[in-house]
Amino acid sequence: MTNHLPTIDRRRPARRLGLLAGIGLALILAAAPARAEGDPVAGEAIYKRCGGCHSIDRNRVGPKHEGLFGRKAGSVPGFDYSKAMRQSGIVWDDATLDRFLENPRAVVPGTKMTYAGVKDAQERADLIAYLKQATKPAAP
Amino acid sequence: MTEIQATSIIAPRRTLLLRGGQALLSASAIAILAGCENMAATHAANAASTEDDVQILNTALGLEYEGIAAYQVGAESGLLSKPVLDIAVAFQGHHKEHATALTDAVRKLGGKPVTPMASYEFPVDQLKSETDVIRFAAGLEQGAASAYYGAIPAFGNRDLAQAAASIMADEAMHWAVLRHALGENPVPSAFVS
Repeated sequence: MTNHLPTIDRRRPARRLGLLAGIGLALILAAAPARAEGDPVAGEAIYKRCGGCHSIDRNRVGPKHEGLFGRKAGSVPGFDYSKAMRQSGIVWDDATLDRFLENPRAVVPGTKMTYAGVKDAQERADLIAYLKQATKPAAP
Repeated sequence: MTEIQATSIIAPRRTLLLRGGQALLSASAIAILAGCENMAATHAANAASTEDDVQILNTALGLEYEGIAAYQVGAESGLLSKPVLDIAVAFQGHHKEHATALTDAVRKLGGKPVTPMASYEFPVDQLKSETDVIRFAAGLEQGAASAYYGAIPAFGNRDLAQAAASIMADEAMHWAVLRHALGENPVPSAFVS
């Protein structure tokens, strides 16, 4: 029986693991959908869905979005976040926003954000493109 | 559209709305939300789901409190003509009814209802005419309809989702009336999102 086993399995386990890891990473990268290019004009229309709770420049039922990119989640002064959001460890960028916006309550269970999510990848890309433009901090 | 035109358009609708619409709009939602004691028992074995539903209800409640405060700002602005003021007060009354029903539902599910914020950062410096006030209110109503639309699929309890849909329909009607008052297409598309 052992005669039929490839010798690499027994003699070079580290190399085998490396190979497997490489193949796994390649598969993951191949499977990961490329993020769509966002259209900020279309994203502005989608942002109206957020307008029940959010505003760019003022805290409401949800926190304001000004200065969103690069900000640690749960850190806008004066807004009463859930413990879950404060402790999420998320820093907002294209990738984290894309994941969160798809299904907020799955990504941060316990968040006060009760929106079911933007399920369409293109709509998320458009929304993120708009947010990137609209949330730039005001010049001092 | 001028402010006078807006008023003349909104006035005939006021009569219809005040005749019977106010009671009809929220009756089903109240009936459904009033049944939450049974829901609480049903969900005893699924505490996480109930906790999530309470969170959703509380977010909605926060939204309703903001709407009540916003209409108060509009009503006290001195910018609204009598017919438009009457509409604003009627719509504020709907939001108060929503808030009462949501508060009761949160309590019946064992949660603690949120309370109104101490203050709201409304863009009052931008409200200089009746049209400005109507546009501000229309934006809030559109946002409220969207918020309920986004929250409905998140409810674990389908009865609560149905009640939220009833409130969403009311917010959408407010939005349509206010858009009409602004001279805009009251129903700009076949779908709300």
